[in-house]
Amino acid sequence: MARYIVRRILWGVLMLAIVSAVVFVMFYVFPSADPAELRAGRNASPQQVETIRHALGLDKPIYEQYWEYMKGIVLHFDFGYSYQSSADVRTLILDRLPATIWLVTGAAILWLLMGLPVGIISAIKRRSPLDRATMVTSLAFISAPVFWLGLVALYLFADGVGKLPIFPGQGSYITANTIPEKADSMILPWFVLAAASAAIYARYLRSSMIDVMSEDYIRTARAKGVPERSVIMRHGVRSAITPIVTLLGLDVGVLLAGNAILTETVFNIPGVGRLVFTSIERSDLPVIQGVTLFGAFFIIVFNLIVDIAYAYLDPRVRYR
Amino acid sequence: MTDALPRAATDGLRANGEGGLLEIRDLVKHFPIKSGVIIDREIGRVRAVDGVSLAVKEGETLGLVGESGSGKSTLCRTVLQLTPPTSGSVRFEGQELVGRSAQSMRPLRREMQMIFQDPYASLNPRQRVGQIIGTPLRIHGLASGEGLKRQVNELLERVGLGPEHYNRFPHEFSGGQRQRIGIARALALRPKLIIADEPVSALDVSIQAQIINLLEDLQREFKLTYVFVAHDLGVIRHVSDRIAVMYLGKIVEVGPAEEVYANPIHPYTLSLLSALPIPDPRANAEREQIVLEGDIPSPANPPAACRFHTRCPYATEICSEEEPALLDYGHGHWAACHHPLHREHPEAVSEALPGLSREPA
Amino acid sequence: MSLLEVHDLRVHFQTDDGIVKAVDGVSFSVDRGQTLGIVGESGSGKSVANLTILGLTRSPITSISGRILFEGRDLLDASPDEMQHIRGEEIAMIFQDPLTSLHPFHKIGKQLTEAILVHKDVSTEEASARAIELLRLVGIPDAEGRLKAYPHEFSGGMRQRVMIAMALVNDPKILIADEPTTALDVTIQAQILRLIQRLQDQLGMAVILITHDLGVVADIAEYINVMYAGRIVEAGTLDQIFYDPQHPYTWGLLGSIARPDRPRAQRLSQIQGQPPSLLAPPQGCHFRPRCPYEFNKCPEIPELEARSGDPQHRDRCWLSPERKRTLRVVEGEQIGLEVPAA
Repeated sequence: MARYIVRRILWGVLMLAIVSAVVFVMFYVFPSADPAELRAGRNASPQQVETIRHALGLDKPIYEQYWEYMKGIVLHFDFGYSYQSSADVRTLILDRLPATIWLVTGAAILWLLMGLPVGIISAIKRRSPLDRATMVTSLAFISAPVFWLGLVALYLFADGVGKLPIFPGQGSYITANTIPEKADSMILPWFVLAAASAAIYARYLRSSMIDVMSEDYIRTARAKGVPERSVIMRHGVRSAITPIVTLLGLDVGVLLAGNAILTETVFNIPGVGRLVFTSIERSDLPVIQGVTLFGAFFIIVFNLIVDIAYAYLDPRVRYR
Repeated sequence: MTDALPRAATDGLRANGEGGLLEIRDLVKHFPIKSGVIIDREIGRVRAVDGVSLAVKEGETLGLVGESGSGKSTLCRTVLQLTPPTSGSVRFEGQELVGRSAQSMRPLRREMQMIFQDPYASLNPRQRVGQIIGTPLRIHGLASGEGLKRQVNELLERVGLGPEHYNRFPHEFSGGQRQRIGIARALALRPKLIIADEPVSALDVSIQAQIINLLEDLQREFKLTYVFVAHDLGVIRHVSDRIAVMYLGKIVEVGPAEEVYANPIHPYTLSLLSALPIPDPRANAEREQIVLEGDIPSPANPPAACRFHTRCPYATEICSEEEPALLDYGHGHWAACHHPLHREHPEAVSEALPGLSREPA
Repeated sequence: MSLLEVHDLRVHFQTDDGIVKAVDGVSFSVDRGQTLGIVGESGSGKSVANLTILGLTRSPITSISGRILFEGRDLLDASPDEMQHIRGEEIAMIFQDPLTSLHPFHKIGKQLTEAILVHKDVSTEEASARAIELLRLVGIPDAEGRLKAYPHEFSGGMRQRVMIAMALVNDPKILIADEPTTALDVTIQAQILRLIQRLQDQLGMAVILITHDLGVVADIAEYINVMYAGRIVEAGTLDQIFYDPQHPYTWGLLGSIARPDRPRAQRLSQIQGQPPSLLAPPQGCHFRPRCPYEFNKCPEIPELEARSGDPQHRDRCWLSPERKRTLRVVEGEQIGLEVPAA
């Protein structure tokens, strides 16, 4: 097991190095304009541009630039400076991160709490009216675009504008100060972000459970006299849950990397997703580069966590 | 079987059959086991086939017997070059197969075909029966259109199915019928050699007899040579002219079928015969069954010297030190053992299978 | 009163294509300490009948009728809770493939102690001790260390021993073994059969051995039921079935086996055709379409009755005993030897 983990970590580090190199080369090669000019912003004078060019080392060969960049990140956690926003890239990202973490964590917990039991029960009571109802409802939630769902939620429940004003509305996260206030402002966004995933996870678990419950070892458990509840949970779900774990790791990793942008926009939550969007709008290269790397980092880390969790759950995997 | 001093096999090949349709010489197939932290290094090998020499005469049925890990299935696949051997030579009608390019193998593939064990896994579920049987003919450019259809229908009839089955899918058939489809497919190219890898093991007993009889009829009609792999000793004896017994990648005994069953030389052969449950209560009660202790060792880690010594009831010190060579005991009967049964434990043989008449040693 | 009595058991499944009559009128009994062999091919209903004894076929699409009396009590009337107490404690079952029949993610120690703890109120240590005792009994070396191992770390034969240990952990009165050796190599098969015999001698439970291999039952069974297409077509003692078989299907089975201990047959005798579809089985005797000796009485269902004199030997064939004796010649060789004089 230890060797398995070490192997995975080393591969992760290698992946990060490769991704960073690729990102770096892309941003070096692709910009249609002079990177120094872009970094300087719209209204800079030629001297300023030259100063920036030299300060950023943009006149050095690419591999030297890459080396400097990586040294900055690894040693000082320094992602560079955004002239357009007049701030360190690192500060920009870290400022935004808490909001996204709030959003994603809450939504993940919610979609697990909603989706998993529904998946299990649907599988056990296959073809019953309950099963058919949940399958149809879940399809609806998967198909509904998340921004539409968000707007509908605001329309119905938001303070001030909603038909049934019970939750804080758009922009409430920014004005919230205490933890309970922050949580309150997140309730609608959590549900909106969780809706599609809950539906997906319910269907996924249902299908996984249906496969698992027809396995021979389930028959053995029943033949041993194990009560049906234990058969379902300790034998069935225990096996069926492993692909869900993989899915969860990937979903959370990707969301933290900025994929919650639509929800963040609808509810005006200043998260990483919004940062990605605005930096692309403004062609703010250092920031784009920074969030891409950050995102890759999250995804690789979560992949690693998922691999390790999988080996923990499935002992057959441990020797690879 | 003579009692004279056995001649060593200088050439395991001539040992069991003069140069025939198929000549396998020192065939080795190892599967590397890789592991490592960053780079995979080979930490071991699964010695699936570890130096097998065998010859198959034209028109005969060679039975290949062995349990899990014996290498019999790997041997079949390696012989047909479905997987490249690690080393060794395979000659078909004198032509070397090992090392050939896919291109040059192609025409030879028409002469050698395979029937597989699992009738549920070996037919493409998305193809119709007519397609399954006709594809080989089409690929080799032997027939097309109406002529193709006609040939396929002929084959269907020959294996006991009918033209009404042409357009059906595999899942509409039972196990025995699927196996017939597999046989028709193998016959399509009129091969000289058919390797049947446990063709009846997955079938019910009453269907097994049908398929075995069919295979025998087809052998006569199409002048086929069979290599028949099975773990059921009763079936093997019924169909085979000669039998080779494999254990952990090596041949431990080979000879004419009746000989091997009546006068086994190698203790493993004896224990296989002894372990076989006979559908006859009296005969069972009379037997002195040899029940081997322990598990079959893994081919990744075979015992030293004689591979069977860890489970052999007659093993002595020499068995763990020196690997016995395949020696000729006369009449085409060869075995690799330091303590051949007919000389050292003749009573064990008569106790295992009392029903068979035995020649005096 | 026998330990287990099955009376006219019928198990029908409602499927999209119609009603599948998996078990269509099965009656037999098992006494304490006895070994009953149930022989049949796929589709014969042998597995379904025995799963029904344990209540494992109950579902919305199943209709079960008849009676299953265990120590006098009808199991078909028992509630799911009551059945759960019987399974694994009074009647235990082991299955064909020990690799897929053990949970891949649980250590075998846990799977063994679970079998104990769902029935008995004991501490985990006591349960573990009992598990070790059983592992030793079935011949697993280093029993205590192996508790922490996972099923995939065992070989096929060892896994089957673990399954047997798990089944016997509560000293059941009946052990049902559904094709316990089919997935194993021949030499390992012999080991497992020996083991089952030894355990039966030591522990005294009754054994129902389900198999398609007549050789396996010839080794350890005392009584045999031959099943075909949902019915028992012949039932009798070991000697009766092998040396005085009364039903053409039994003749066919015995004849189609290639026996290594007899001189080689020219051609294996075979049974024509396929087992029938259980959706629409033939009217009357289910074996009719494949029987070479069918005559005009066969469309009437033959009941399982003693027709040859001995009340223990029952069969479902209308042919007269004399006719059966003459017909019982296959390819010039008599099926079933006369029992030799002692």
